[in-house]
Amino acid sequence: MSRFILHSDLNNFYASVECLYNPSIRNKAVAVVGDADKRHGIVLAKNYIAKSYGIKTGDTVWEAKQKCNEKLVCVTANFERYYYVSKLVKQMYREYTNRVESFGIDEAWLDVSDCVKDFEGAFKLAEKIRKRVISEFGLTVSIGVSYNKIFAKLGSDLKKPNATTMITKQNYKNLVWNLPVADLLYVGRATNQKLNKAGIFTIGQLAQTPLNILKSMFGKNGETLHTFANGEDVSAVKIYNEKEQIKSIGNSTTCPRDLKTNDEVRAIISILAESVARRLRDKNLWCNTVCLSIKTNDLKTFETMHKIEYPTNLASVISGECYKLFNHNWQKTIRAVGVRVTGLGEKPVQYNLFNNEQTMQKKEKFEMVVDALRGRFGYNIIKRGSVCASKDLKELNPENVVHSIHPLSFFKL
Amino acid sequence: MFSTLSCGFMTKKYVSVVVEYNEDGNKIPKKIYLDDVGYNIDCVLERKNSASLKVGGIGERFTIKIGSNKTFLFFEKETEKWFVELKN
Ligand SMILES: [Mg+2]
Repeated sequence: MSRFILHSDLNNFYASVECLYNPSIRNKAVAVVGDADKRHGIVLAKNYIAKSYGIKTGDTVWEAKQKCNEKLVCVTANFERYYYVSKLVKQMYREYTNRVESFGIDEAWLDVSDCVKDFEGAFKLAEKIRKRVISEFGLTVSIGVSYNKIFAKLGSDLKKPNATTMITKQNYKNLVWNLPVADLLYVGRATNQKLNKAGIFTIGQLAQTPLNILKSMFGKNGETLHTFANGEDVSAVKIYNEKEQIKSIGNSTTCPRDLKTNDEVRAIISILAESVARRLRDKNLWCNTVCLSIKTNDLKTFETMHKIEYPTNLASVISGECYKLFNHNWQKTIRAVGVRVTGLGEKPVQYNLFNNEQTMQKKEKFEMVVDALRGRFGYNIIKRGSVCASKDLKELNPENVVHSIHPLSFFKL
Repeated sequence: MFSTLSCGFMTKKYVSVVVEYNEDGNKIPKKIYLDDVGYNIDCVLERKNSASLKVGGIGERFTIKIGSNKTFLFFEKETEKWFVELKN
């Protein structure tokens, strides 16, 4: 039996929310920035009018203003409000199915197999949802309708804004196969380059590359790529209440070489913590416990954990706490390091009084800026000074390291 | 005083409201105060979740009738405040 899966993507989410709350800027070029008062602030999001001037995520405010003769309205990001609106929209999705899986703050998959009989029904439901999002939230969404998550996601990218695109078993070769292979979910920069080098530029070419060749190039992930490109991904849309089901988010890596100094350990911890924190923010979660695991070169693993006083989603806090757990008087050589967080929950109501809420919010904004820069320019665009000190550690990209929360087929490639 | 459902430039005006809760926990606005003048709400014609594109914001939108005037009254969940779209 065919599944019917929607992927819904709120268009220009941050900027749209700002325009929703302030209708007087709706017809102007709007950029959402970390801090609107600072000219060296960075554009996190923009509306279509700003986009039409060539303004991009990652531009400095100064650059962005130059592109549109200073006619840009800059608004300071209000993440609290974005989380809130996102939550309401997803609540509405859940009126149709409990299989609503968030993908970042503005995207979600919905498995609607139980409420429709055929593609026509799925399309009608998608249109209904699209219209409800406009009338109830004043926002637009692009929705992809398909029989697997990968094509549904692709569908939501095809027509923007405010549109529904259907990808069926009959039309997928026409709609999907001509697209560049980089459009496929989880084909990152490195994978794309490797595929291009092998003469594989479109999703169709990827789909038709013999499995054994892909396996020899990418190992197990080659199979996943093949499955994705052919619309054969069978992974389920997770049930919404996953928040309680995700027990921990972790990241570990075997180092390119054994670690020798405290600074090196600290650098690795901070790389891992950044990736863990980023995934916490993606899932809209906060953690209250950090765990550090260390594997020594005699292949013994030790894990220590610490409950932190106030829930956090900040890399700086996670890495600081983990480094405190690390025994600075270590004797044995270190082979691998892991950072994991547990005690996951929704945003805490209030940061503590002494821990200066503003500082925390500032840090959160800073880390969101880093997320935005990496989203646009790739992981390596911005790095910690401590990491750059050693050349081989610098090459480590945690986004390419195996994560522990996605099902197998969703490992980043 | 109240805008009927016309457009034009409008401002978001937070107001005091006398509310009755029924046994299901639903809100039924009964009276609204605007600049210290009270207006009895004759009836609620419709209730739905809606954005206010005119003055900005989202919430529960009540279409209310005061005398012969129809107008929207919003309950903004985010702030737990009530507002109307007031004609400038
Ligand atoms: Mg989006």
